[in-house]
Amino acid sequence: MLRLLKETQTSLARKLQLGAAVIFAALLLLVYLYTAFVLRHDPTLTDLGIRLQGPSLNHPLGTDHLGRDVLTRLMLGGQQTIGYSLLALAAALLIGTAAGMVAGYRGGWLDRVFMRIADGFLAFPDMIVVIVLSGLLGPGLHSMIIAIVMVKWVSYARVVRTTVITESKQDYMLAARTNGLSPARMLTRHLLPHIAGQVLVLASLDLGKVILLISSLSYIGLGVQPPTPEWGAMLNDSRPYFQLAPELMLFPGLAIVLVVLCFTVLGDAIRDLYDVKKEVRG
Amino acid sequence: MNTSLLSVEQLTKEYKNGKHAIRGVSFSLEQGECLGLVGESGCGKSTLARCLLRLEPVTGGTITFKGKPIQQLNEKQLNPYRRDMQIVFQNPAAALNPRLRIRDSLLDPYNQYGRHMQHNYFSCSSRSAFVDELLEAVELPSSLAGRYPHELSGGQKQRVTIARAISIEPAMIVLDEPTASLDVLSQGAILTLLEQLQRQLNLAYLFISHDLAAVSRMSSRLLVMREGQFVDEFARQEMFAEDRHEYTKELISIY
Repeated sequence: MLRLLKETQTSLARKLQLGAAVIFAALLLLVYLYTAFVLRHDPTLTDLGIRLQGPSLNHPLGTDHLGRDVLTRLMLGGQQTIGYSLLALAAALLIGTAAGMVAGYRGGWLDRVFMRIADGFLAFPDMIVVIVLSGLLGPGLHSMIIAIVMVKWVSYARVVRTTVITESKQDYMLAARTNGLSPARMLTRHLLPHIAGQVLVLASLDLGKVILLISSLSYIGLGVQPPTPEWGAMLNDSRPYFQLAPELMLFPGLAIVLVVLCFTVLGDAIRDLYDVKKEVRG
Repeated sequence: MNTSLLSVEQLTKEYKNGKHAIRGVSFSLEQGECLGLVGESGCGKSTLARCLLRLEPVTGGTITFKGKPIQQLNEKQLNPYRRDMQIVFQNPAAALNPRLRIRDSLLDPYNQYGRHMQHNYFSCSSRSAFVDELLEAVELPSSLAGRYPHELSGGQKQRVTIARAISIEPAMIVLDEPTASLDVLSQGAILTLLEQLQRQLNLAYLFISHDLAAVSRMSSRLLVMREGQFVDEFARQEMFAEDRHEYTKELISIY
């Protein structure tokens, strides 16, 4: 009975977490749409006469050191941070999945070459490689996205490759061969469903990390360049004024934490969704 | 001219490490016949099955199917022959994709070969009707079509793999220890089902097992395999003859 209660409680707690994450994600979407169509203030227009003001009706989160509206920059910054994270992740996911599937299924020299490249990338921490690549390619948005894709595709490719190699040896794949399915059809019909769940879970958990990566790069000046608003860049801009107006760092910091948390919870939910063994018999 | 459905001459399978899994075996299989292949675990039975279906490359000998040597054909050239050669594996849980519903697993061969089918046995008026027909043929309720493999028992899963194998009305099915992972009651039911289907569809079976009782029940002829080669071949009624090979006598004494 206690066990059942505990399980129910766990389930209820998870449902509450998921509900909160979904509501937050919906709120983010609304903010995104609002930011796309309605902006009360110019996010880049400086007005030194109203710099470092506290919250007011006109500026609900106050103004920054150049007199720009913090709320507007925060909303637009979210658009940039999440948007570019999704773009980088989608590109890494597509490249990694394709490379992993081909390497795992074909095997031989192609697989060996792939593994050596993957080992090369995995020998260093993500952050170091991204900083080096961004530095080599030059600061800026495109360089940052290319650097993130170059670092992130490897982990997807490795997961996909391992799954493909393991599943290819299963009897159902041999049965698929006797049923005349082409390699492309076997990959898409039989292996992709195995891969999709794992990759989506990995991607949803990675989204938080990529957001942190983009924010970090912008924080150290290698990512989005001023005056474009971005959460990491906003943190960096506000650093000298931390003692005078700590909320300037608090708002973008809090936004990063909440968004990363939200996507992590959603990632867990997606993992559960793809675990068919958890499905209740209909 | 050789008129057998399947004719194998001096088939050899050698691995890269020099180990011989199959050492020059020869046999033939006629349309509608059930040929039994017995031997202990690791003697090369399953490797032979996979070589026959070209799921593993062979290193020597010839495999003639419907009058055509197929041992050198590539996957594309092999495709028309695959329709007539199906397999039922030992472990039904591994033979069904856990991510696909039963309906989708059953439709896999049909999606590939449905256009070329003769429709001698299954009417195939629609896909859902076809799935129902297949499930009915293996005595399963149509309500299972929407389930995932893990929601079925071992016997039900094996029936599904049999349904998948017969779905495109093949000429030959390799039964690779189809009852080995089932309980005694399910074993009997599956053997009865296989006998019925063989009569109805005029199927040729290569029945592989280490269970001499099951093989002798199903097969008119038996081959005994040991360390990659045949040591004995006989008709079912000659199983207890005095001149049987010592290894065959040993197998008989165990059962």
